[in-house]
Amino acid sequence: MILARELRKTYGSNRVIDGVSFELGAGQCLALLGPNGAGKTTLLRILATLLRPTAGALTIGGADALREPERARALIGMVAHGSYVYEDLTARENLRFWETLRGGDTAAGRLTAALAQVELDGVADERVRTFSAGMKRRLGLARVLLGQARLLLLDEPFTGLDRRGRKWVGEFLLGFRAAGGAAVIATHSFGAGLGVADRVAILGSGRLLMDRPAADLAPEELQRLYESLTDGADA
Amino acid sequence: MSACAKEPGRRAVSSYAKRAWIILWKDFLIERRAKEHANALLFFCLLLLFLFQFALGPDRERLAAAVPGLLWLGVILAGLLGLGRSFLGERENDCWEGLRLTPGDKSAIYLGKLAGNCVLMAAVQIILVVLFGVFFGVDLWAPAAPLALVLGLGTIGLAAVGTLFAAMTTQLRARELLFPVLLLPVQVPVLLATVSATQALLLGQPLADVAHWLKLLAGADLVYVTIGVLTFEFVLEG
Amino acid sequence: MTRALGWLTVLGLAAGLAAGFGYAPREAVQGNVQRIMYLHVPAVLTAYLAFLLVLLGSIAYLATRRAGWDRLAGAAGEIGVLFTGLTIVSGSIWGKPTWGTWWTWDARLTSTAVLFMVYVGYLLLRSLIEDPEARARYAAVVGILGAVNIPIVHFSVKWWRALHQPSTILGPERSPIDPAIGLALFVNWVAFTLLFAYFLARRMEIARLEEQT
Repeated sequence: MILARELRKTYGSNRVIDGVSFELGAGQCLALLGPNGAGKTTLLRILATLLRPTAGALTIGGADALREPERARALIGMVAHGSYVYEDLTARENLRFWETLRGGDTAAGRLTAALAQVELDGVADERVRTFSAGMKRRLGLARVLLGQARLLLLDEPFTGLDRRGRKWVGEFLLGFRAAGGAAVIATHSFGAGLGVADRVAILGSGRLLMDRPAADLAPEELQRLYESLTDGADA
Repeated sequence: MSACAKEPGRRAVSSYAKRAWIILWKDFLIERRAKEHANALLFFCLLLLFLFQFALGPDRERLAAAVPGLLWLGVILAGLLGLGRSFLGERENDCWEGLRLTPGDKSAIYLGKLAGNCVLMAAVQIILVVLFGVFFGVDLWAPAAPLALVLGLGTIGLAAVGTLFAAMTTQLRARELLFPVLLLPVQVPVLLATVSATQALLLGQPLADVAHWLKLLAGADLVYVTIGVLTFEFVLEG
Repeated sequence: MTRALGWLTVLGLAAGLAAGFGYAPREAVQGNVQRIMYLHVPAVLTAYLAFLLVLLGSIAYLATRRAGWDRLAGAAGEIGVLFTGLTIVSGSIWGKPTWGTWWTWDARLTSTAVLFMVYVGYLLLRSLIEDPEARARYAAVVGILGAVNIPIVHFSVKWWRALHQPSTILGPERSPIDPAIGLALFVNWVAFTLLFAYFLARRMEIARLEEQT
């Protein structure tokens, strides 16, 4: 699904991303951990084709994401901090808007089904302004589901959610992967990250300091590794 | 067989049109619910009226002579306020990013926004024309149809560049300053054309006399919209 | 290379001065002040050349994304504004004794003033964006629009003037040009183009060095 090779992003003399390479196959989920400012969001945005890397190669779903970003975008669903929702529109109207822009089918049945999958069908015709942060995030997930994304890119999906909300996102992701989708999650929540991912990577000083299967690690071990790696990197 | 061959082409066009339409639909819905622009701009037009009257003094004839210029001046001032905010709604919740991520030709977004802005500016003009007619005692009803044509063409020119520059400056910190500084010099031809043509029409001259201005406006509109369509994706990328 | 260009420019300017003040005759009607035309006309021609380069650089940048094209556009824009300012000032100096006023809204002066404003705006935009990639992109869009607008401005101003004044006496361009004056003009035009090329080369070099640090 993703083939990243020696990705680099430099702002002036600041090397935010300094040689990141990894592969991700269908049905896999990568949890990207790292301290604030490590470049998680930058990397995610490069993967989403929102940002051009200064150097490196990126293939998404077989398409060269740098030369043909449009082909990659057709496969990507991104839920960033903002969730891309218009506060004055209802949930249903938001979905209709984004799906029409994608050139997809906006039949009422499809919209309702997507909302039902994220348990928002009860408030389908309420304005998003009345939604909680978790509900807005779920609406974002409904949007990417409707758009038939094959690759999910989530930036801090667990932030601002209570225990039940996190559990919900986790189950959602497991279902998504079971259906063959791939996902990259940037988060600083170890427990939740370990719970959904089958691979964990730590980003520090613009590089992937570690990339291992989640099954190998226990949360405390991950925490220790994380601290040692990022302390070393910060120093 | 030939119908099938035409299908992908026709589908692409209707998909493009749908995408431009949905932008207009969304902006219209939000405007109707939030009512940000409409009330404030209406009131602004009223204020402009007073501003012009006080600036030019009580001499009725002087005012009447200045009407063509004041009319378009009013449109420009309202445009600077209203157009600059075209993409402000997209800054909430990172919707701008969302727009960038949609696959397909981004110029549909430009056209949708342009259509919305044209409607907004047309509303402003109608209000101004009515207010001018009432308060300044100018007969704007007689040449109404040709006047509408002139103002319409001018509106497209103003909105075409305004929408493009609004998209650009939305991302910049100095947007309140840069937007007028960039927009106004480019609008000089539109200003000259609409004011000259309006003046001629108000003096009772027939439409044929201002045909060259209309051609200039139409040509300029075509150029501005074309550049907008071609370069919007580069502006959106930010 | 640039050095050679620099020396060539000095030579050209010297020749231009000689031609303008020495070789060309004193104009019958306007007197010596007419000689400022040897500055004014080449300046405006060079300004148009500059803005043509802004257009080319802008289009090329959007097509290829190579920073070199943006450097060309930016440098040409700066120098273009300089020469446009020179055109306006020299036109004004010419106008004072000729028409009795520093400024008049005649077609050419007005068009040049509008041109000046468009490109000052272009430079302002460039100066206010820090991210070089965004700066190049936005400047390119404004550069293209500004350049394509030039003929539209030209016609609108010309017709606007025609409404208010039947025809303006603009000077020797309207009457057959004395070949000596024509030659002096040509020499100065070449000199100015060389000067422009020299400035452009230096400015682009500075921009390239700035980007590397």
